[in-house]
Amino acid sequence: MTGRASRTIHVETLARVEGEGSLYIKLMGERVADVKLKIYEPPRFFEALLRGRHFSEAPDITARICGICPIAYQMSAIHAIERALNIRIDPSVRLLRRLFYCGEWIESHTLHVYMLHAPDFLGCQDVIEMARDHREVVERALRLKKIGNRIVQLLGGREIHPISAAVGGFYKVPTKNQLREMVEDLEWALEASLETVRWTGTLDFPDFEQDYEFVALRHPDEYPFNEGRLVSNRGLDIDAAEYEDHFVEQHVKHSNALHSVVRGRGSYLVGPLARFNLNFDKLPEVAQKAASEAKLRPPVKNPFRSISVRAVELVFACAEALRIIREYEPPALPRVEVPNRAAVGQAITEAPRGILYHRYAIDDKGLIIAAKIVPPTSQNQKRIEDDLREYAARLVAWPQEEATWKCEQAIRNYDPCISCATHFLKLTVERAEADGL
Amino acid sequence: MSSKSKHNRKPKIAVFKFASCDGCQLSLIDAEDELLGVVGAVDIAYFPEVSRTMLKGPYDIGLVEGSVTTHGDAQRIQEVRRQCKTLVAIGACATAGGIQALRNWKDVDEFIRVVYATPQYISTLKLSTPIAEHVPVDFELRGCPINKYQLIELITATLIGRKPNIPAYSVCLECKRKANVCIAVARGTACLGPVTQAGCGALCPSYDRGCYGCYGPMETPNTASLTDQFRVLGQTDEQISQAFRGFNAWAWQFRKASEECERK
Repeated sequence: MTGRASRTIHVETLARVEGEGSLYIKLMGERVADVKLKIYEPPRFFEALLRGRHFSEAPDITARICGICPIAYQMSAIHAIERALNIRIDPSVRLLRRLFYCGEWIESHTLHVYMLHAPDFLGCQDVIEMARDHREVVERALRLKKIGNRIVQLLGGREIHPISAAVGGFYKVPTKNQLREMVEDLEWALEASLETVRWTGTLDFPDFEQDYEFVALRHPDEYPFNEGRLVSNRGLDIDAAEYEDHFVEQHVKHSNALHSVVRGRGSYLVGPLARFNLNFDKLPEVAQKAASEAKLRPPVKNPFRSISVRAVELVFACAEALRIIREYEPPALPRVEVPNRAAVGQAITEAPRGILYHRYAIDDKGLIIAAKIVPPTSQNQKRIEDDLREYAARLVAWPQEEATWKCEQAIRNYDPCISCATHFLKLTVERAEADGL
Repeated sequence: MSSKSKHNRKPKIAVFKFASCDGCQLSLIDAEDELLGVVGAVDIAYFPEVSRTMLKGPYDIGLVEGSVTTHGDAQRIQEVRRQCKTLVAIGACATAGGIQALRNWKDVDEFIRVVYATPQYISTLKLSTPIAEHVPVDFELRGCPINKYQLIELITATLIGRKPNIPAYSVCLECKRKANVCIAVARGTACLGPVTQAGCGALCPSYDRGCYGCYGPMETPNTASLTDQFRVLGQTDEQISQAFRGFNAWAWQFRKASEECERK
């Protein structure tokens, strides 16, 4: 009586994701007939409106694609233009950019781990409800997030759409003393991050593993932020300049975001799981030890455990920030002069949610002729649908409300940023109710 | 009994998103020290970025982020207005159309072809417009992004029924108060500070760069005089036009200034 009929799971407005999307799943008996992660967030046409603007404006304009990860946009834009124009930056500027990214990872990962994802594991509608029974946990989250934001504020002037990063360096760099003032807070943040790994390890994870192609940057000496080759567990090993030869964007009717696939293979996964699995050996000892204690060993193939992997990356980001602050000597000049010249350049950096690709073609006056931007969420979007196709099939016997919530949680495993992907998401799980179900 | 519980009812707040980056609503979550206090004083009735609980209206305060760029959103804002006792537009997208208003000077169909392989899947309006072009708005909070302390001041003032203390003077006053050396005078840096509303704390000049106008036009901006000054600093009309055509390009004072330079 429950077997043959079809039903749908439908979530019109997905909560606790950045931006606007919906989910639609159609179940025919025990078979998943259709999965659509719809992105109805309106398109904003960044790649088109960048044309005719000077390259120096690209970091500030592209930051506005996303209020959660503006630094990722600034970094990918800056590196792509510097690669186009053959600009060598001061090693201290390179360190500051890593520190800047540490701040964004701390702020963004804390937001997702505690405020957007954890409520699912605890059966809470939101962090406000979570605060009633777990007040000390929420207070730890707020303080941790604030420390990430303070790094961004110190280097960039403000948390959202910071103003100091520039092609060639920074408009203004901090003094050694300004950075040293962060040490005490960061030492607390490191301990709080270790506690986050332990705490997320106590949550219940569905038994669900998939065979993913993980894609992330890999650098010979460090856990990746701004540089490295793009690698995967299926043999990909390329420079950013070759990205478009290996990845294709597909425009699907149900989404204002473009789906990205690996040419000849299909969907792939970017973000914390991919970075962790491909770069575990580059994590500092304190992060490796925390991961081992939480029984996280690469390859982690359960997307629900991404919450713990994000926590391990929090440990990394705090430890890395402390290392940078101890080593930092201000650069001779905050930034180098960047002359106008016709050129083309590409770069990939690791946004909190995964790799972010930018390409710019610039004319001899420094004006942008063409731009291409591929955000992490559009790369994960097809993979999210593939996860849902597998996962929803296991939920056919579940009551509607629980099944819907579990599907939402499966989407939030990816910390999707819809604002980014449109340059993302509406959940309809459609289950045509069987008679008497 | 019922009248007492009605009197003690917490005000219902709703947060709506239109075309935007999410940054302005994130500002509320970024107010780490004040967040638990604010959520203690109000009932977060509709805030999808934070909660699965989505209560129906009417709401006491509606915060709207983003600009109107689709037919569907042009209809949705009408319903949002009907549901909100006080409606506040937050950020440059909601108050001036945002950076996506750069399409307003271009052929949007061509924009769609640049970004999307199958243009017929995309539905969009020719213009990106602020909320006030569609419905009456009770207050406009400027900035790209907004200042979180101004947002908390605005919510507090609205709750107790007074006018929010949010200045409409220029960035120059903030610079003077911080005792910054004027970068336009001392270094000849093109700076939109004289015509831009305060609120950021004169951030860019404090970081040795010219203001790029992310808080939009001040109350009575002398854009003609600043345009002349930019010319003295050696800027071309094309450069000046683009300077005004940023995150608040469609705000009428900046729009007029940019179009005047374009005509020359």
